[in-house]
Amino acid sequence: MAQAMGFFTDTTVCIGCKACEVACKEWNQLPAAQGGVGTLSGDSYDNTRRLDGIHWRHVKFVEQFTPDRSQGRWLLMSDVCKHCVRAGCLEVCPTGAIIRTEFDTVVIQSDVCNGCRDCIGACPFGVIDINPVSGTAQKCTLCYDRMQVGLTPACAKACPTASIQFGPIDELRKRASSRVEQLHGAGESRARLYGADDTMLGGLNSFFLLVDRPEVYGLPPDPKLPTRNVKSSSWLSLLGAVVVGLAGLVSFRTRGSRP
Amino acid sequence: MSAPSSTYFTAPPEWQWLIILYFFLGGIAGGAYMLAALIDLFGRPLDRPLARLGYLIAFPVTVVCGLLLIVDLRRPLRFWHMLLQSETLRPMFKAWSPMSVGSWALLLFGLFAFLAFLGALAESDPPRWPGLTPLRPPGIPGRVIAVLGGALGFFVAGYTGVLLSVTNRPLWADTNLLGLVFLISGASTAAALLALLGRRRAATGVIGLHSLERFDSLMLVLELLALIALIVSLGGVARVWLSAWGMLFALGVVLLGIVAPLILYWRSLRLGVPDVGGAAAAALVLIGGFLLRVVIILSSEGV
Repeated sequence: MAQAMGFFTDTTVCIGCKACEVACKEWNQLPAAQGGVGTLSGDSYDNTRRLDGIHWRHVKFVEQFTPDRSQGRWLLMSDVCKHCVRAGCLEVCPTGAIIRTEFDTVVIQSDVCNGCRDCIGACPFGVIDINPVSGTAQKCTLCYDRMQVGLTPACAKACPTASIQFGPIDELRKRASSRVEQLHGAGESRARLYGADDTMLGGLNSFFLLVDRPEVYGLPPDPKLPTRNVKSSSWLSLLGAVVVGLAGLVSFRTRGSRP
Repeated sequence: MSAPSSTYFTAPPEWQWLIILYFFLGGIAGGAYMLAALIDLFGRPLDRPLARLGYLIAFPVTVVCGLLLIVDLRRPLRFWHMLLQSETLRPMFKAWSPMSVGSWALLLFGLFAFLAFLGALAESDPPRWPGLTPLRPPGIPGRVIAVLGGALGFFVAGYTGVLLSVTNRPLWADTNLLGLVFLISGASTAAALLALLGRRRAATGVIGLHSLERFDSLMLVLELLALIALIVSLGGVARVWLSAWGMLFALGVVLLGIVAPLILYWRSLRLGVPDVGGAAAAALVLIGGFLLRVVIILSSEGV
């Protein structure tokens, strides 16, 4: 296997320019939503709203304002597939369309996927959705095609503030923790990393530097694998099968003696 | 303030009416076969027509199930990717993915349901195709088909609930009781359908019907207990049902689909003769079983 590669997204320097969104769409030839007819969200400057089958990068705008709007701050975060080391989507995919690459990233093979949508509900982050053009589940590939020829993924290449950094995971983690130290030193005590160690789903190969609780950014505080429920659910169902079977035996056997 | 359940941060897979219908019919197909096998293996000869009816229901319904699932795919022609790896044509199987196991189970169940269906057809009066009668008990081949198909029937009825729990969606992944609930509901709706269709057949007899009603009453009591346990297991996430979905759950699933038929069944059983109340109860059970799946699936899809 080649070196594990990933993204470190430092949200503190994101300026919300959406160059990453555009670069991603350009490189991956993703269609415009609704044939290019723009709709405004109406309650936010964020009109993309969420990651889906045709938005593999999404700059989240978290607008925190007091009711009288005298005080406020913007949190901007370029969201993307987390390329989990233990990936829920990859676990449940019944066709084998979702694979782990030599760069330790997670890629959906569009020619294998049949659009069952199990991965959409399995992803702890709500990253995956159907691309209406292909009819298959799609998400960030970490520009697998570019990586194979030694290029930087399109979004990281386009990012003008180095909010999105691409590189070997070990190196990114070092860089990220020194950035947190720097921010703590400068008085931003809320700075923290999300998914930068092995505790969260074995590690997120696309991890983030945040300055608030994860849920403020729409990130789950405690993401888990879907398969955590397989054993308990199966045993309880088996118990149910035994009870139902016994009830059937009792009903259809002894009733016979009664007229 | 404690952190919200992490299941709230996920996206809905858009499993809607086709899947709801599949979950409902899958429960009926699996349950009907399972009941037919139980009657065939352990019941009285007098109830044999009831078992035959179960097999006659199970196979066509299973075919419909398969079609529903294929049509629901966004790329239906690739349905076989669930079973064979598209590149190598080797078997595709993941023991830890309920959808993968379920695809195989449905295929195998369909095979057994088809064999039992042929056996059931052969047993008409006057007998057609006597060569096919060994496909039903008491012969050895028939017994094997009944046992294996019955076990797969249980699986098909229950795995859909496990499949929902093996996601990260609100409600579904916040409990591990959905498989159990769907299994009981599948047995219950299948018994109700058998009772409903069986009462029109003179050969079935009152006793067989009463066994079904008795069995379905047991299932309804179990289902009620399982649903209470389900709500407890959801904890704070149960607040999702403080909505129209909760109303539908309380009125449609519990009151109309469980409590009302229980009362009607008990009356019918006390009377000792099949009455219209028993038929009404069976119809209500079917409606309740469908609504159960509507509530479970759509209330999570909407979060």
